[in-house]
Amino acid sequence: MKANDKRIDWVEEPKLGLAGRMYLPLILGGLTTTSKHLVSPKVTVSYPDQEPEIGNPLIYRGVHRLNKDEQGRVKCVACFLCATACPAHCIDIIGVESPWPDREKYPESFVIDELRCIFCGMCEEACPVDAIELTSLYNLTGRSREEMIFDKEKLLSVYDATKDKEPMKSTQLGGTV
Amino acid sequence: MATVIVNGKEIEIGDDERLNGIQVARRAGVDVPHYCWHPGLSVVASCRMCLVETGRRDPATGEISMMPKVVPGCQTPATDNTVFVTDSDKVKAARAMVEEDLLIRHPIDCPICDKAGECALQDYHFKHGREERRADLKPFTSRRRPMGDTVTLFVDRCVMCTRCVRFTREITGTAELMVINRGSHEEIDIFPGYPLDNKMSGNVVDLCPVGALGDKDFLYSQRVWFMKSHDGVCAGCSTGCSIKIEENQDRIYRLKPRENRHVNQWWMCDEGRYGFKYVHNAERQIQPTVFTAEGATAVEWPEAQSHLHNLLKNSPKLAVVVSPFLTVEEAFMLCKLAKQADPDSILALGPVPQSGQDESFANGFTIRAEKCPNRRGVEKVIGHFAGQTTSFEDFVANTDCSSLDAVWVTGGYPQDWMTTDQATKLSAAGQLIVQDIFTSPAWEVASVRLPGVAFAEREGSYVNASDRLQSFEWAIRPPAGAMMEGRLYWNLLGEMGMYDAQRIRQMVAREIAFFAPAAGEIPAEGVDLRINQFAQTNSEVTA
Repeated sequence: MKANDKRIDWVEEPKLGLAGRMYLPLILGGLTTTSKHLVSPKVTVSYPDQEPEIGNPLIYRGVHRLNKDEQGRVKCVACFLCATACPAHCIDIIGVESPWPDREKYPESFVIDELRCIFCGMCEEACPVDAIELTSLYNLTGRSREEMIFDKEKLLSVYDATKDKEPMKSTQLGGTV
Repeated sequence: MATVIVNGKEIEIGDDERLNGIQVARRAGVDVPHYCWHPGLSVVASCRMCLVETGRRDPATGEISMMPKVVPGCQTPATDNTVFVTDSDKVKAARAMVEEDLLIRHPIDCPICDKAGECALQDYHFKHGREERRADLKPFTSRRRPMGDTVTLFVDRCVMCTRCVRFTREITGTAELMVINRGSHEEIDIFPGYPLDNKMSGNVVDLCPVGALGDKDFLYSQRVWFMKSHDGVCAGCSTGCSIKIEENQDRIYRLKPRENRHVNQWWMCDEGRYGFKYVHNAERQIQPTVFTAEGATAVEWPEAQSHLHNLLKNSPKLAVVVSPFLTVEEAFMLCKLAKQADPDSILALGPVPQSGQDESFANGFTIRAEKCPNRRGVEKVIGHFAGQTTSFEDFVANTDCSSLDAVWVTGGYPQDWMTTDQATKLSAAGQLIVQDIFTSPAWEVASVRLPGVAFAEREGSYVNASDRLQSFEWAIRPPAGAMMEGRLYWNLLGEMGMYDAQRIRQMVAREIAFFAPAAGEIPAEGVDLRINQFAQTNSEVTA
């Protein structure tokens, strides 16, 4: 774009008056904000003695879980769409023919490197069968890198641990059940 | 010259060309969607996806009269003054209708379908289909049944283009596949007890425009969008089919044929298609080793190179066995190295594996009995340096290896290629240098072991049985520890920089008359090295 382009609106810098040049109004404005916060209620919590409140668990992006269907089997069909969408390349799947007659393909192995994950939620957005979801578990810790690489069993156990508190998002958001 | 008008654009076609509406539109840069038409098969015009408007221009008045109905482009010949319209509202409506019709009963299991990502139905639906599905049928699964050892059929995904049926009837002539039932109950099937088991069965999977036919070997092993495709040449036999090597992170997942009208048309045989597995065999040798009086020493490549350098310098009598798995460039450099070290060195062609008889199919596609890719090329290179070609058997039988200071043997064979007796004879030489991918009797008794590479890891050119030279670049990196033969020879010759097969090829073309046509850029379908031979004979006749 050139400087004489018609689409550019040129604006002059406003001239400062006497008050502006003395900085006084701005200093007073800043002090007002500070003193307001001195008397307003606190928003920080003293974690870990006190647990923070998660706003809406439906849109919170914490640890992943792999959902199960009514028969307790993993819902995932190993389509690799989450692995494709993942910008951090932290999902590793091995898909094979499923042992069940009503399903064609399932993940033999499903591994998420939670350390590599950036918790963007693209995987759950990409999933066509609502098998992968992000829970509201935020306090993810581990003693080693290996411990933070979650395999299929661990991800399914996250589902078992959270399913009562957080039912499958798909039912509430109108996806496939 | 005939003139055809496609969407108002005039296209000139040759008098002896017989093109249909799809082909002529492609020349005009217009893509006409189609399922059932394939350039290598007969025309059935059954899918109705290529419907176009057509008409004639009166050559005298220039007036154009159009046919009232849309017609299949694949069945309409492009003759002088034919008019094709592929972008009118009528055509677009017809395509949308066909697409909707095909999708009424098509299961929406794209996430688990192996074809997703390279599926014509998907692509055309996005381009030509309706935005919404009006049918209340929503199938999510497909019935599945095996067609043979290599192919499985997902019955409900089929769009009944019958390409696979025509392939088995017209190309292989085995006619295992057929259409059963009628109307909307039509299905592809085999006759009970007669599975699809011809030597080209894998091609039906490539032909299938949708995910109905699945390759059992490739099924669910990789999503297609993760793979990168590299143009290559099959090393399975001396036909040298043009192929695409599809890999992800240095692992080959499948080979597919690449169109080359001079070699393999659109096809390749199952033996070549599934024969790449040895590349990823865990038995591959990856440790260069030097054996001295003190014992074996595992060395790094720079040490191995300096060792070889000294060895060649101190070997006044040398013999080299050049494998037909080496590229022309590699064979040339190896022979050059040998001649530099010893001008009287013996050059022999490695064993040429033979298996069965040449097998030709109706359309001229041939599976050769000679199971190596480059006998012709290596023979010509050896002929240039040594005057004549010695076969491996003659070399072993007639040469007293104990009179030689060193024998350099190159392998690269996927199967066993030498006997213990032969190896014992070779080991009589002062030093036995063996370059191979697997262990062999010679490898066991070698004094220098050099791990080489397999076909997909190579760079260079192969000359097939009908003297067509095809160049290719490496598709995957070799396992750590193995080094491309060409790189090693390049370094030993003292060439600067990275191995550049193209430069060597140009050198070969300058030095050896047989390779002269390969001096320039090699097109994707290769160069016929016999192109100058008529001219030569003619000039000889006139002289």
